[in-house]
Amino acid sequence: MAISFSNALGVHEQALVLRGQRTQIIATNIANSDTPGFKARDMDFATVLRDRMGMSSDKVSLRTTNSRHIADQNGVGTGMVDEDTLLYRTPLQPSLDGNTVDEQLENANFARNALEHQASFQFLNGKFSGMIKALRGE
Amino acid sequence: MSLMSIFDISGSAMSAQSVRLNTTASNMANANSAAASPDQVYRSRQPIFATIQAEMLNSANANSFNFDGGDGVGRGVQILGIVESDAPFQQRYEPEHPMADQEGYVYYPNVNIVEEMTNMISSSRSFQMNVDVMNAARTMMQRVMSLGQ
Repeated sequence: MAISFSNALGVHEQALVLRGQRTQIIATNIANSDTPGFKARDMDFATVLRDRMGMSSDKVSLRTTNSRHIADQNGVGTGMVDEDTLLYRTPLQPSLDGNTVDEQLENANFARNALEHQASFQFLNGKFSGMIKALRGE
Repeated sequence: MSLMSIFDISGSAMSAQSVRLNTTASNMANANSAAASPDQVYRSRQPIFATIQAEMLNSANANSFNFDGGDGVGRGVQILGIVESDAPFQQRYEPEHPMADQEGYVYYPNVNIVEEMTNMISSSRSFQMNVDVMNAARTMMQRVMSLGQ
């Protein structure tokens, strides 16, 4: 009987990766909070995670039957969030220089995302320690 | 690893904000520097911020840093240049001033103190925020490194 990591770890592996990438997006927003014309961006976490897990119903992915076939970009677990999955934030208060970064909002999102990253991490860590416990058989 | 690029993003923002703070310091320090003629007078300096283009970053840091994984998610800030303000400078009538010209006028810089104070507060706040972001990213990375222990 083989251990299936993807079954054992479930959604948390992808969630942790995505949380890390979302941190980067929000860090970019905060870094550019004084750049004229910069548009704040973010991702719809639930949708992206569903895509990553291959659970979305509205996307059709290519089936590769040969090693030379090129996998499509909608496949499960593609590297980074790409440009078209990123959305633009709707500014609550327009600013003169065209910048749509709301520092308070970004800070709140960053703090929340960091906390959710920790939650994902603890779930994943729990899965691993559970597996180790099972392997030791103590 | 995406968390690693946060150090580059926040770092670029921090250096940009410190340049802005430098220009503010220079403007405030020279706010009362008198000059004998309009072309010698100090002019207020302002940095121009711009988002770093993803292509530039990828070509420059192809080997050393993976700034955004090639798809424009993570972008830092750069300073395109520092421009001198074209706002009208102050011409004061002070005949007893040693630098006064024949008509008794002395020229003072076009530095707006209120504007500079606002810039100072804004840049120090932004700097602080980027430090917080960097600290949070560091904590998150340390946590991930302890996975499975």
